[in-house]
Amino acid sequence: MTAFLIILIAALFVVALWQISKIVQLGKSASASENGAQAEIANDSDNDRHGKFLLYFVIAMYVMMIACFIGYQDFFLPDAASAHGAEYDNLLLLTTVIIMIVQFLTQALLHYFGYKYRGKKGQKALFYADNDRLEFIWTAIPVVVLAGLILWGLFSWNDIMDVDKHEDPLVVEVYAYQFGWKVRYSGADNILGDANVRFIEGVNQLGIDPTDADGKDDIVATELHLPVDRPVVFNFRSQDVLHSAYFPHFRAQMNVVPGMVTKFSFTPTVTSEDYKSTEFMTEKVSKINEIRRQKSEELIAAGDVALDPYEFEYYLLCNKICGASHYNMQMKIVVESEEDYQEWLETQTKFETTLANAEN
Amino acid sequence: MGQVIAAATEHGHDDGHHHHKETFVTKYIFSQDHKMIAKQYLITGLIMGAIGIMMSVLMRMQLANPGEPNVIFEALLGKWGQDGIMDPNMYLALVTIHGTIMVFFVLTAGLSGTFSNFLIPLQIGARDMASGFLNMVSYWLFFLSSVIMIGSLFVELGPAAAGWTIYPPLSAVEQAMPGSGMGMTLWLVSMAIFIASSLLGSLNYVVTVINLRTKGMSMTRLPLTIWAFFVTAIIGIVSFPVLFAAALMLIMDRSFGTSFFLSDIYIKGEVLAHQGGSPVLFEHLFWFLGHPEVYIVLLPALGITSEVIATNSRKPIFGYRAMVASILAIAFLSTIVWGHHMFISGMNPFLGSVFTFTTLLIAIPSAVKAFNYITTLWKGNLQLNPAMLFSIGLVSTFITGGLTGIILGDSTLDINVHDTYFVVAHFHLVMGISALYGLFAGVYHWFPKMFNKMMNKNMGYAHFWLTAIGAYGVFFPMHFIGMAGLPRRYYTNTNFPYFDDLADTNTLITYFAIATALAQLIFVYNFVKSIFYGKKAPANPWQSTTLEWTTGDKHIHGNWDGPIPHVHRWAYDYSKVNEDGEYVIPGQDFVPQHIPLQDGEEEMNH
Repeated sequence: MTAFLIILIAALFVVALWQISKIVQLGKSASASENGAQAEIANDSDNDRHGKFLLYFVIAMYVMMIACFIGYQDFFLPDAASAHGAEYDNLLLLTTVIIMIVQFLTQALLHYFGYKYRGKKGQKALFYADNDRLEFIWTAIPVVVLAGLILWGLFSWNDIMDVDKHEDPLVVEVYAYQFGWKVRYSGADNILGDANVRFIEGVNQLGIDPTDADGKDDIVATELHLPVDRPVVFNFRSQDVLHSAYFPHFRAQMNVVPGMVTKFSFTPTVTSEDYKSTEFMTEKVSKINEIRRQKSEELIAAGDVALDPYEFEYYLLCNKICGASHYNMQMKIVVESEEDYQEWLETQTKFETTLANAEN
Repeated sequence: MGQVIAAATEHGHDDGHHHHKETFVTKYIFSQDHKMIAKQYLITGLIMGAIGIMMSVLMRMQLANPGEPNVIFEALLGKWGQDGIMDPNMYLALVTIHGTIMVFFVLTAGLSGTFSNFLIPLQIGARDMASGFLNMVSYWLFFLSSVIMIGSLFVELGPAAAGWTIYPPLSAVEQAMPGSGMGMTLWLVSMAIFIASSLLGSLNYVVTVINLRTKGMSMTRLPLTIWAFFVTAIIGIVSFPVLFAAALMLIMDRSFGTSFFLSDIYIKGEVLAHQGGSPVLFEHLFWFLGHPEVYIVLLPALGITSEVIATNSRKPIFGYRAMVASILAIAFLSTIVWGHHMFISGMNPFLGSVFTFTTLLIAIPSAVKAFNYITTLWKGNLQLNPAMLFSIGLVSTFITGGLTGIILGDSTLDINVHDTYFVVAHFHLVMGISALYGLFAGVYHWFPKMFNKMMNKNMGYAHFWLTAIGAYGVFFPMHFIGMAGLPRRYYTNTNFPYFDDLADTNTLITYFAIATALAQLIFVYNFVKSIFYGKKAPANPWQSTTLEWTTGDKHIHGNWDGPIPHVHRWAYDYSKVNEDGEYVIPGQDFVPQHIPLQDGEEEMNH
């Protein structure tokens, strides 16, 4: 691969040199009649050539943009798996459509004018310094469009960020450390026990206050299991540096800040099983597995271990630079039916029991 | 104070004709001549730029072939590239120093420092800056901070690696990462010196623009370059001290046991004594500079573009007053939008609403500027010099990058794209590439004034087109991998099989990045060669109206050999015609600012 890279760099460099020599030659023939410094100032043939290049450039840019939207359409995250996610996706779609329309129009005008009005000897530019009506129009249009987007955005934002709106939510703590995540369920009382890093000792890895009755039934786990269709309020806590809990498929993210508790809430609406079996996900996963299969062949040929085939699971990842292993700070999320969730929860150990076991 | 300085400079001007014999040291090293200081800024900035771009190429190589040995890593990274494998801490260090160098050392000092210094006295009709001495000190502090920043690459545990935003506790606690030891200390020292340099420079620019304008140069006759530099300097004076305060508090937290930003930390098996601080406070302080910094970088580039586009379109800039108003509006709004970097930082969501509102407001003056540039091209007689192409390129990337800001500035939409590659694509286009294009436009346009030589135009064209293609090739696809939820600052994406299908795109981006970086060699070659072997420049090669082209080709400290010209008109009398349809000066499609109104000519009430 390295050799390939070096060859590629060399090839690109040769192409660059070839381009230059070609342009230099073209330039020479055009400016042979001129002498001295005038040769370094754009003349009519330069204006003509580069005016046309501007036109080609914007056409190529359109082709590239369209190609990206088509070729990369399966890069976009699949439909959201949370209650507020649909609204998020609609707002994103509308905003994207608006900005792409503006992008297409303005880039076209910019480059087309560059082509259309490319300089010629004797051509007279129009002395056109001001036009209050035009200025007003293109101040007003962004104002109106942005006002619409802002209003929609703000209503969604206030709705999403209001963590107290749910009745009887599940309260879960997501706990971050260098470099991993833990989860703490609040147990039967649905109240998380007090906690502080100063209580961290032995098996009490999350610093739960052992004297707080609310914490006795708390459950610490290394996987995040959530019942489907029940609102969850996440309390985030970090023991060392800033992290960010990013749940891309649920359109949710919140920084995790040492010294304070941050909150975010959402309602997962699609179970892991259902999400896996969507058309989008089955196609995506089979594509990824094809890539991994090819990669594995290379690895085996090189005497390495093959890659495991991939099966989609929801994940939580760290999205704020936090140190050497920032790139591998993840946790599996499972969304399941209420019964499955309860069943799983039964198998986990209560904090009380953990402490008692440690003493024995 | 300003008056005293002004008087002193006037006195200096009287000496102009028989000034002291200058030694090599006073002329080229400890020079107080703003033109020499500008060149020092430019060359230092370009060298820092080369280092910064090289770092980005190393990062891209790592992302294209994660975990595979690379001889380049082995050769360049020493013990962090053993057997050609890059150390994850080194990757984060590259991320950090690349960001720091490009934002502060290249685009703040290299761009604003160069052209503010060079153009302010020349375009307003002054002999020099208000204080040549402080100007010199400003450059040498910048040089010192550059040396310290580069020096920090060689300390034992590596340079600062907490990201250019150096959020504590990661940057504050040595146990959190090796780069947060000596490397971070040097980073903070370097930045503190840099801020001092920047403030000295900015104060000088503001005083000079206010006090030293030549007779007739009212504020409404200033070229837009000067407006941009003037307002940039004011933003710098308002916001840089806040970063200084943040850096000082961070130094205290690190070295003297205070707890401004730290609380409840358990790391490497022990609880730290810090109690009661908040990292969110640091984020507020940092972004109070950090966001205006975007405009500190961008406004000078837009100012340069205004000048270059008007000159090469042979047309007045469209909507001069709207352009000035936009600059002022952007400057004001830029100081009240910082919270949009912190929507999900844990601050009160109500604040998020406010910052969404102010952020989308700032899109309005930005849109007005873009439309005005496009209208300036309309019905022009475009002279497509390399500087002009870079200016058109700037408008293009400014629009492309600016539009995605509407997604990121919306607190709701920010939730899921925050800190992904979508952000990386957005800010590289809107501030990185745009500002670099502004820098290049400025160099191509004013090179004849700086060095009395012409740059080779064909190499300029090759440089532009390769860069333009490469820049979009790198950053347009990057939006899409961001949309897939790929976080930035990941050493490798292979730990998430979900991202496996993005690998080809990452490789493609890397190829474009390498090609674009190589294309910059054309510029370097052209730049160096033209200084020594370029063709001698005529007095006013681009047939421009502004005062810097009236000095003649003698480079003297004091700029004009004779008296300073007086100004009789605004800076944009291109293709101005009388009622009979003839140019105001027959046979010449521009009227320089120092030419009095001609018979029968009406002054535009712009």
